[in-house]
Amino acid sequence: MKMNGARIMLECLKKEGVDTVFGYPGGTVINIYDELFSFKEIRHILPRHEQAGTHAADGYARATGKVGVAIATSGPGATNTVTAIAPAYMDSIPMVIVTGQVPTALIGNDAFQEVDIIGITRPCTKHSFLIRDVKDIAMIMKKAFYIARTGRPGPVLVDFPKDIQVAMGEFAYPDSVEIRSYKPTVEGHPRQVEKAFKMILESHRPVLYVGGGVVLGDASEQLTSLARNLGIPVTTTLMGLGSFPGDDPLSLGMLGMHGAYCANMAMTHSDLIIAVGSRFDDRVTGKLATFAPHAKIIHVDVDPTSIKKNVRVDLPIVGDVRDVLTQMLKLTDKVKDKAAEYVSALSPWHEEISDWKEKHPLSYKSSTTIIKPQFVIQKLRELSDEDAIISTDVGQHQMWTAQFFKFNRPRTLLTSGGLGTMGYGLPAAMGAQAAFPGRQVITICGDGGVQMNIQEMATLVQNKLPVKIVILNNNFLGMVRQWQELFFDKRYSQTCMELPIDYIKLADAYGAKGFLATKPDDVEKVIRQGFAENGPVIMEFKIAREEKVLPMVPAGASLNEMVLNA
Amino acid sequence: MQHTLSVLVENEFGVLSRVASLFSGRGFNIDSLSVAPTNEEGLSRMTIVTRGDDKILEQINKQLNKLIDVLKVIDFTDGSGIEREMALIKVTAEDESRAEVLRIVDIFRAKIIDVTPKSYTIEATGNPLKIDAILDLLRPLGLKELVRTGSVTIGRGAKGWKG
Ligand SMILES: Cc1ncc(C[n+]2csc(CCOP(=O)(O)OP(=O)(O)O)c2C)c(N)n1
Repeated sequence: MKMNGARIMLECLKKEGVDTVFGYPGGTVINIYDELFSFKEIRHILPRHEQAGTHAADGYARATGKVGVAIATSGPGATNTVTAIAPAYMDSIPMVIVTGQVPTALIGNDAFQEVDIIGITRPCTKHSFLIRDVKDIAMIMKKAFYIARTGRPGPVLVDFPKDIQVAMGEFAYPDSVEIRSYKPTVEGHPRQVEKAFKMILESHRPVLYVGGGVVLGDASEQLTSLARNLGIPVTTTLMGLGSFPGDDPLSLGMLGMHGAYCANMAMTHSDLIIAVGSRFDDRVTGKLATFAPHAKIIHVDVDPTSIKKNVRVDLPIVGDVRDVLTQMLKLTDKVKDKAAEYVSALSPWHEEISDWKEKHPLSYKSSTTIIKPQFVIQKLRELSDEDAIISTDVGQHQMWTAQFFKFNRPRTLLTSGGLGTMGYGLPAAMGAQAAFPGRQVITICGDGGVQMNIQEMATLVQNKLPVKIVILNNNFLGMVRQWQELFFDKRYSQTCMELPIDYIKLADAYGAKGFLATKPDDVEKVIRQGFAENGPVIMEFKIAREEKVLPMVPAGASLNEMVLNA
Repeated sequence: MQHTLSVLVENEFGVLSRVASLFSGRGFNIDSLSVAPTNEEGLSRMTIVTRGDDKILEQINKQLNKLIDVLKVIDFTDGSGIEREMALIKVTAEDESRAEVLRIVDIFRAKIIDVTPKSYTIEATGNPLKIDAILDLLRPLGLKELVRTGSVTIGRGAKGWKG
C-alpha cells in the first residue's frame, strides 16, 4: 500500500512495538503530527519542552528496558533535545530520536529553522541517519532501533526532511537487519571465562564491582546468584544500584566519591576486582595511581573501548554481561564442593568487611528540630511500595538517595550518572510513569534542579501521570555549596537561591496537590498524604540547609582517603 | 610512536566527519589522513597516520572499530605494509639552480610536470621519508608551494585485503 513518508515512519514505530512517544510539534514535523492525529496505536505525550520530552523517553527506556522514542521539530526543537541526548549517551540508554529537517533541497542553505543536528549530536549519539529517500525510511528505522538496543546501547538520531515525509512510497518493514560493519560481541570467550573463574577461586579478598551494564543487560539475577554462591561481596556504582539487593549482607553499597567507607576500603584492600558492566569512571576510582593497589582486575564489558581505558586489566572479557555471568554460574555449579570451600575460606575477608561496616556505617546526626534529608530518604524507603520507581535529579539529594534508599531491584533507580544533568529527575519520572501507570513513581529533586523542568507539572496533570515529586529544599545549590564550604572557605558564590518559592501554590497553579514539611514530625505525615493522592503531588521538605554528603573522597585523592565527618 | 592505520569504512553519509571528530573529540592526533573509494562498491579506505603510546593506540583502534560504519582497522606499524605518498612541489628555478633542481629530480626519480622560466613543478612519489628527503634538498633553492597527499598503505605479500 502506498502512503506518505510520515505515515511510513509511524508504521515503523508500530512494528518496533512502540506504544508511547514523547514529542513536540513544529513546522518540519507537522506532517508526522497530521498522520498521528488519526493513528491510534501510538500514544503521544506532549511535554512542555523538548528536553523534558527526550528525558521522558530516556526514563521510559530505563524503567522498561525498551527503546524510548522522542520527536522534535528541526532547529530549536532539535537543539532542545541535545541536553537530554547527551546523558542518555553517557549512561548507554537505548533511544531513537526523530527530528524534523528542512526539505532536502534546502539543506545547507541556512533555511528557516535549519541546523545540522547530526553534526551537533555526533559526539553524543551512538549513530545517526539522515533520511534522503522515502524508500529508505523503513530500513533506516529498522537499523536505528537495532543499533540503539544492541551491544552497548545508546541513543540514535534520525533526521527526517520534510519533503520525504510528504513523498509517497510503499511500506514494507524488513524482517531482519544485517549491518556488516556492526557486529557487537555477545558471547564471552569461554576460555577467558574459565580463566576468570580460576582467578576467582584463587583469590582471598575478591570484590564484585558492578555498574550500569548489569542493569542494562538484565543480568541482576545472574549476578546475585553468582555473588551468593561464591560469597563475594558486591559494590555498585551509582548506575549499578538495584542490580544487587541493597539489603543483602554481601552488599557493600555504592563506592566512589560519596561511596560507603566499607566499599572503598574493600576496593583498596582487595586482591581481585571483578568489574562487571562498569567502566572505572574517575568518580569511582579516585586517584588512579593508588587505586586498588593489591588487586588483579577482571573486566567484563560488552564494549571493548571501556576495557583498559582508565586502569590496567589483567583479564579482559568482552561480551554481554548476562552471558558471561551465566557461564560463570555454570562453572560454579560444576564444582559445588570447591565453591563451598572457597566461600568458607573467605570468612576472614567477610569479617574484615563487617568491621569496616561497623566502624563507619553510612550515618548522619539525627535531629528533632530540623529535617535531615537522609531521614526523609529513609522514610520514603520505608513508606513506598516495594516496586516503586525512583528518579533523582542531580546534586546532594541524588547522593543521599543513592546512599540511603538501599535499592533492591534493577530498573527502580533512574538517575543521570555519567553526565549529571540537572533537570533530569522530573521528566524521567514522567516517562517511567507513562510506561507503568499502576506503579508508584517518585522523583527526588533539589530545589535547584526541579526548577529546570518544573513546567512538566502541566504534562503530569494533563496526562494523569501521578508522579510524586519530592523536593528536598535547602534553598541552595547544595552540592556546589558543599564544595564551596569545603574547598573555597565558604565563599557561597551564586549558590544561594535567595528567593523562596511557594511550591504548594505552584502545585496548585498546575492543578496538582502540594504538601509541606518543615519539622521532623511532619515528614511521615506528608509522605503518607502525598502517597495517598491519586494525582501528581509535590512534597516539599525544608531540610537542614548546610547538611553535607559524606563520606567524601575529595577530587584527586585516593579512594581510602575519605572525609568521614567535617 | 607514529602509527599508520588503514580503516575500511562504509561509504555512508558523514563517515569522514565521524572518524575525524572521534580523533578531535578524544584528543588523538592526526598527522595525515587520506580517503578514497576502493575496488568494492560502497566501501572506502582511509589511511590515517597518528601518534601515541600503546595505550592510546589501543583506544584509537577500539574506538574506530566501535563506529558503526567502520568495517575493519589494520595497524601497519610493524612494517607489514608498504607506504607511499605523493607530493607536488613548486620550486624556484632560475639560472644556475635550474640544473640543480633537475639533478635532484633525477636522483629521486621524480618528474617535472610543469615548467616556467622561473620555476619547476615536481611530482615526487615514495615512502614519506623519501619525500621528506627531497624536500630537504629543494628547500634551500626556494619552495614556492607544497602539496602532499598523505600516506597510503598496502600490505606486503600475496594476501589481498578485500575492498
Ligand atoms: C544542567 C546543570 N547545570 C549545572 C550543574 C552543576 N551542579 C551540580 S549539582 C548542582 C546543585 C544542585 O542543586 P539542587 O538542585 O538544589 O540540589 P542539591 O544539591 O541542593 O540537593 C549544580 C549547580 C549540573 N550538574 N547540571
